[in-house]
Amino acid sequence: MAMHHKDLVGIETLSPEEITLILDTAEKMAEVSHRPLKKVPALRGKLVVNLFFENSTRTRSSFEIAEKRLSADTLNFSASASSLSKGESLVDTVLNLERMQPDAYVMRHSSPGACQLIRPFTKAVLVNAGDGAHEHPTQALLDALTIRQKKGGFRGLKVLIAGDIAHSRVVRSNVFLLKKMGADVTLCGPATLLPPHLDSLGVKVTTDFDRALDGQDVVMMLRIQLERQKKGLFPSLLEYYKYYGLTEERLRRADREVIVMHPGPINRGVEIASEVADGPYSVILDQVENGVSVRMAILYLLLGGGDDETSHS
Amino acid sequence: MKRLILKNGRVIDPAGGVDETLDLLLEEGRIAGVEKKISLKGVEVFDAAGLVVAPGFIDLHVHLREPGYERKETIATGLRAALAGGFTGVCCMPNTDPVNDCASVTRFILEKARAASPVAVYPIGAVTRGSRGEELAPLYELKEAGVRAISDDGQPVRRASILRRALEYGGSLGLLVIDHCEDPDLAEGGAMHEGEVSTRLGLKGIPAEAESIPVTRDIALAAMTGHPVHIAHVSTRLAVEAIRAAKKRRVPVTAEATPHHFTLTHEAVASFDTRYKMNPPLRTQKDVDAVIEGLADGTLDAIATDHAPHTYEEKLQEFDRAPNGVIGLQTAVPLALDRLVRTDRVSLKRVVDAFSTAPARILGLEGKGRIAPGYDADLTLLNLRKEFVFQEKDVLSLSRNSPFFGMRLKGAVAGVFIAGTFYGAP
Repeated sequence: MAMHHKDLVGIETLSPEEITLILDTAEKMAEVSHRPLKKVPALRGKLVVNLFFENSTRTRSSFEIAEKRLSADTLNFSASASSLSKGESLVDTVLNLERMQPDAYVMRHSSPGACQLIRPFTKAVLVNAGDGAHEHPTQALLDALTIRQKKGGFRGLKVLIAGDIAHSRVVRSNVFLLKKMGADVTLCGPATLLPPHLDSLGVKVTTDFDRALDGQDVVMMLRIQLERQKKGLFPSLLEYYKYYGLTEERLRRADREVIVMHPGPINRGVEIASEVADGPYSVILDQVENGVSVRMAILYLLLGGGDDETSHS
Repeated sequence: MKRLILKNGRVIDPAGGVDETLDLLLEEGRIAGVEKKISLKGVEVFDAAGLVVAPGFIDLHVHLREPGYERKETIATGLRAALAGGFTGVCCMPNTDPVNDCASVTRFILEKARAASPVAVYPIGAVTRGSRGEELAPLYELKEAGVRAISDDGQPVRRASILRRALEYGGSLGLLVIDHCEDPDLAEGGAMHEGEVSTRLGLKGIPAEAESIPVTRDIALAAMTGHPVHIAHVSTRLAVEAIRAAKKRRVPVTAEATPHHFTLTHEAVASFDTRYKMNPPLRTQKDVDAVIEGLADGTLDAIATDHAPHTYEEKLQEFDRAPNGVIGLQTAVPLALDRLVRTDRVSLKRVVDAFSTAPARILGLEGKGRIAPGYDADLTLLNLRKEFVFQEKDVLSLSRNSPFFGMRLKGAVAGVFIAGTFYGAP
């Protein structure tokens, strides 16, 4: 079994077998992070360019750690420091970097489809680290790894994703992945944060957060950004918290063994109460840890690291 | 005396209800005779057997880009594509740099066009100075310079009061007001149609109502002032229905649809290929069906290309940053023949009308849009049996932003006559 794709641009085109392969590989990678010497030589001599055209602290750090644990050389290219401010196009930036013989690009960009734009111009492996509100495949995979560790599998699992559905790349990748793996997905948020025709994704859609929580096995909260309120999408952060904030009381409606997830960074007292974020059902920090393992797995699989190189270091 | 007999063509003259094999006598740039058989000794004969002979096609909506954007297109290259595409006349939109909001720009365009091509150019003037939507452009001056219609195309006439004044002042001068109907508030930041596909792709959508709401407003103002309004590039079922209802009430409204809006749906955007990015955006299959039905029953009077050239590098950008628009002059007629006529969804006579008689009527062009004695010898010849694959190397426009490369089409332009002179298709 191997990946059938050269790149990881989105979850939408992956098969359930490929998803399982990535998760299984990530489980093996996790062990590396707990060694005294947290490094394997799998990607020694490979150059990975982290192309970040949008601010991101955690995703970039997570990728960078994953690259370093696999012994890859890394180059961090960020928009503020780049020639983009001088008017160079994305394609030209890639054409220039291409001559530095990178083996992979990890790209974060504010425009949906940015990976599709550059794909014809590079021979290197392309990993999407988030394109606008489109996809964020590594986030969905690290979420899946966390769910699988806690729940054993996906089939028939009841998953609720709540919050700013309209502007979230996390939600699209998660929906594609969870549906492929057989989970039962509900999306919830105020109507102004639910884009039209969501039901065409094969999910249930509701604006009633309390009832949506009933019997859920997994509750995934999404970050609310302050600028959404300024654009008139909901009246106030206080009102948001009152009707869509995940509190301990509300969480009692979910399954007794519910897990609470959040892609971070969390807004305490906006979409999630501190007692929940820090409470016994929360797996938010497990997600962060799994992020490194999943990103190691993806880079390892796509860059063709030798078979058993993870075992001897 | 320059004379020519066009023999055995299938002559379609929608206004005269004619669709039969006839001979035409062309004399001094005019149609001098339409008969079952015309034989005159010593007169040159053009064999049109197997071809459809239609009144010259007129495109109501073209961006020639000159002055100001000569890297996208020039008047000369745009007209070269128009001629090859079967058009004997085109209207060019005023969103150039400078905007065509005064007589000197209009005269510049007309002079350049006359020097470059036999294709007639009808410059469209701006409704407002600089198309900024604030104060009326000098409409009297524009009319005297040769403008027949006005539009702030590329953007809507935002303020209802300005549109009202344009209809009153311009309408009383005989100027047709053409409106690009888009509610800028509802459409803000949108890169494609708001629907299932935009939700899947995470691109901000433009709802159908962003078109239908201003269409309804424009219809109300046309009824109020009694002066005609022409709705550009109708793309939604909601707008088609609003226009159909208005026509029933005899409101002076006319409308056009583009070939891409009757051919493609928003599903094409899933590739993130910016050649599928245009404004109005590609809509749903239901909208496509409604546009086709609107063309069939005449609710949508005309087919216009909205030919909008952009350079390679402008289109080679992130989808949400790339400019809107597709070229269309060379594909419009084959797409109509293949997608509307061959499928029996719109009659050939109606398609000919939508390309010729209707635009001539909407613009009030004398001597155009009919095949009858006394009319100009402007004709478009069609070969309904010819099949071909449209390729990038066939493009005569300066820009190549077409989504139709590689498409097999049945029905082609064989050539045109302009003022009695034949120009064969390349």
